[in-house]
Amino acid sequence: MTDATAHRSPPRPNGLEGVAADWASDQRAFKTASWGKAMMWIFLLSDTFVFAIFLISYMSARSSTEVEWPNASEVFALHVGQTELPLLLIAIMTFVLISSSGTMAMAVNFAYARNRRRTAQLMFATAALGALFVGMQAFEWTKLISEGVRPWGNPWGAEQFGATFFMITGFHGTHVSFGVLFLLIVANKVRKGEFDSGRRTWLCREKGDYEAVEIMGLYWHFVDLVWVFIFAFFYLW
Amino acid sequence: MSSVSEDPDTGIPPAEVPDLPPPHAHGFWSRWVFSQDAKYIALQYSGTAIAIGLVALVLSWLIRMQLGFPGVFDFISAEAYYQFITMHGMIMVVYLLTAIFLGGFGNYLIPLMVGARDMVFPFVNMLSFWVYFLAVVVLAASFFAPGGPTGAGWTLYPPQAILSGTPGGTQWGIVLMLVSLILFIIGFTMGGLNYAVTVLQARTRGMTLMRMPLTIWGIFTATVMALLAFPALFVASVMMLFDRLLGTSFFMPALVEMGEQLSYGGGSPIVFQHLFWFFGHPEVYIVALPAFGIVSDLIAVHARKNIFGYRMMVWAIVIIGALSFIVWAHHMYVSGMHPYFGFFFATTTLIIAVPTALKVYNWILTLWRGDIHLTLPMLFALGFIVTFLNGGLTGLFLGNVVVDVPLSDTMFVVAHFHMVMGVAPIMVIYGAIYHWFPLISGRMLSHRLGLIHFWVTFIGAYAIFFPMHYVGLVGVPRRYPDISASFVPDSVATLNAFITVAALTVGAAQMLFLFNVAWSLARGRKAGHNPWRAASLEWQTPEVPPRHGNWGDELPVVYRWAYDYSVPGAPRDYIAQDDPGHRASWSHVP
Repeated sequence: MTDATAHRSPPRPNGLEGVAADWASDQRAFKTASWGKAMMWIFLLSDTFVFAIFLISYMSARSSTEVEWPNASEVFALHVGQTELPLLLIAIMTFVLISSSGTMAMAVNFAYARNRRRTAQLMFATAALGALFVGMQAFEWTKLISEGVRPWGNPWGAEQFGATFFMITGFHGTHVSFGVLFLLIVANKVRKGEFDSGRRTWLCREKGDYEAVEIMGLYWHFVDLVWVFIFAFFYLW
Repeated sequence: MSSVSEDPDTGIPPAEVPDLPPPHAHGFWSRWVFSQDAKYIALQYSGTAIAIGLVALVLSWLIRMQLGFPGVFDFISAEAYYQFITMHGMIMVVYLLTAIFLGGFGNYLIPLMVGARDMVFPFVNMLSFWVYFLAVVVLAASFFAPGGPTGAGWTLYPPQAILSGTPGGTQWGIVLMLVSLILFIIGFTMGGLNYAVTVLQARTRGMTLMRMPLTIWGIFTATVMALLAFPALFVASVMMLFDRLLGTSFFMPALVEMGEQLSYGGGSPIVFQHLFWFFGHPEVYIVALPAFGIVSDLIAVHARKNIFGYRMMVWAIVIIGALSFIVWAHHMYVSGMHPYFGFFFATTTLIIAVPTALKVYNWILTLWRGDIHLTLPMLFALGFIVTFLNGGLTGLFLGNVVVDVPLSDTMFVVAHFHMVMGVAPIMVIYGAIYHWFPLISGRMLSHRLGLIHFWVTFIGAYAIFFPMHYVGLVGVPRRYPDISASFVPDSVATLNAFITVAALTVGAAQMLFLFNVAWSLARGRKAGHNPWRAASLEWQTPEVPPRHGNWGDELPVVYRWAYDYSVPGAPRDYIAQDDPGHRASWSHVP
């Protein structure tokens, strides 16, 4: 099943001509996007700028510092038994978050099939993985703080390290936390069958409108994608 | 409401989105306080913006009193002066101009002009206003905080912004300022998403993008720009807040203050400048583009002519919007940059003059051989063209690196940006209020009072800012509370006193405008249905003022663009956009 309103759009040519026809048409520029979906996409575009500017500021600080930048593979290493495993925690965290994108995608799929039980289960699973990610991030923060990393300084080098690290991962973690919260809200609505009740709410225009799940998914995948960049620029650089 | 099929005569496509009624208010709170009607939210936005704008107006009087008669008013200390200029600038640019153009006119006009019942997400729209309101409250609170508001200058450049030498730097002022900006951006984003999606996805049948009035094009482009530019200010504000509260060193280099080594080190103030102006320059056009759009419509309606070169005008708006993202560092020619940067940014800056000049030509060509009615909106539109042209030409001076360097940080710059993004957009705001007041209230504003208001404001604005260019060329620096004991000739003091008198007079004329609004609301002449005989959709609602939901039972269908004025052979001198009559055909575009 496609978008709830897509079938109402008129036939149009494919490819670039179709794009031109859409933009020259009346009513909607994006013929398959509902209002909510369009809004989420534009919000994500704006949010992309926020994260991009955070990361560019970080790169600017890191590339212009006169003091040595702490070595990521040492700072972010975990002691397991006798060995020092670089990037172990972060690898697990990344794995967890990417997996949550998988469960989210499956939830969207089941939502289109209007399978309430599966959708809700998978969304709760996504929320759980997201919460696990935030939990591990809290552990990582605790570890770094106990080793003496502060926003205003750290034992190993440039003080911007702690500042940018806490700020950017914190901002991302906030995104994940809000995502978990909204996942729980939407999943609960799915579980209770609110989207099948026919009652019009701000998340649901008509009976069987499960688009809120997909819009939630857009946000979740975006937060995931941002993490890939943070991971690359912070931990692998 | 009923499902609609293709119109067999005109071939207008059927409705794609079901026409559902917007959420209805029940009870006092949801009707008068947390209203979800875009028109009411627009009035809330405008009222709040004008209220805080009055504070900025009073601050400008205080600034001018100090500059015109230095030493006479001993309650204006140097610190207080810095606080006045900072708050005046920030309020005018962000909390008045941005808020009133996008939150005010955007909310009121977008749904009406594109033929929607409301914004796409009325609840989020309502939240947007209340977050904005909170931002204004936080900003206003800084006047009462210990140490007063920040005196860092509206650009808030670090390191001085958060040091003890600057008023509010190590006290509450700067913190409240940054928090208020962060709130403003969050609030704006909620509204901005609404404006953008409503224009893109909620137009009525027959309303193509190229049939939208230029007002909507201006507001829409400015909204998209704001959604992409405000993130830079958001990030910069967060980082500076951390510098101030947590002791991070994003923007703070190693510093010695009063013989004491501060704990900061390794940060770059230049990064803040880049972030600030990556927001700051698009911000100029976020204010200017809605003004461009609105003035185009005012001129077309009141000269009874279609706008000249509609498509060119649309593309000029879009191109200006895009270019404005790659010119920001022309604000930083003296900050210390690689010379090639200056070359690049000077080039892009001057390229913007091309689409901008094109717009000015098209306004004049619209007027040419038009049936010009010297109504108040037309007078203000003409005032805009002149002041904008004037400010734009001095912009060419300042865009060139070699010319800018000696003029940097002088009163010439102050005169330039007040002309181009102070006086000019405010002219448009007044023109727009005189134009749409009958739609909003059902009554006309007093023409006679309006004439006094216009002429005092227009001539007064020139009396203020024209001499200010000379003051700047002589070398008087901006942001100095008292230059009387320095190198400047006596004539500057005379000019400064003259400017101050003019500024106070113009300020008084604005009180006349407020009186006009209050008086006309109660006693103004009844406007009737479409007093300006305008063709665009907002005047074609079943009731004037439009009710909640705007359109009664049926959404309008649009058959033409918004500029069918004085069409030969037509029964009236305008054809409304939803008039299926004369020369209507779907394939005939526009």
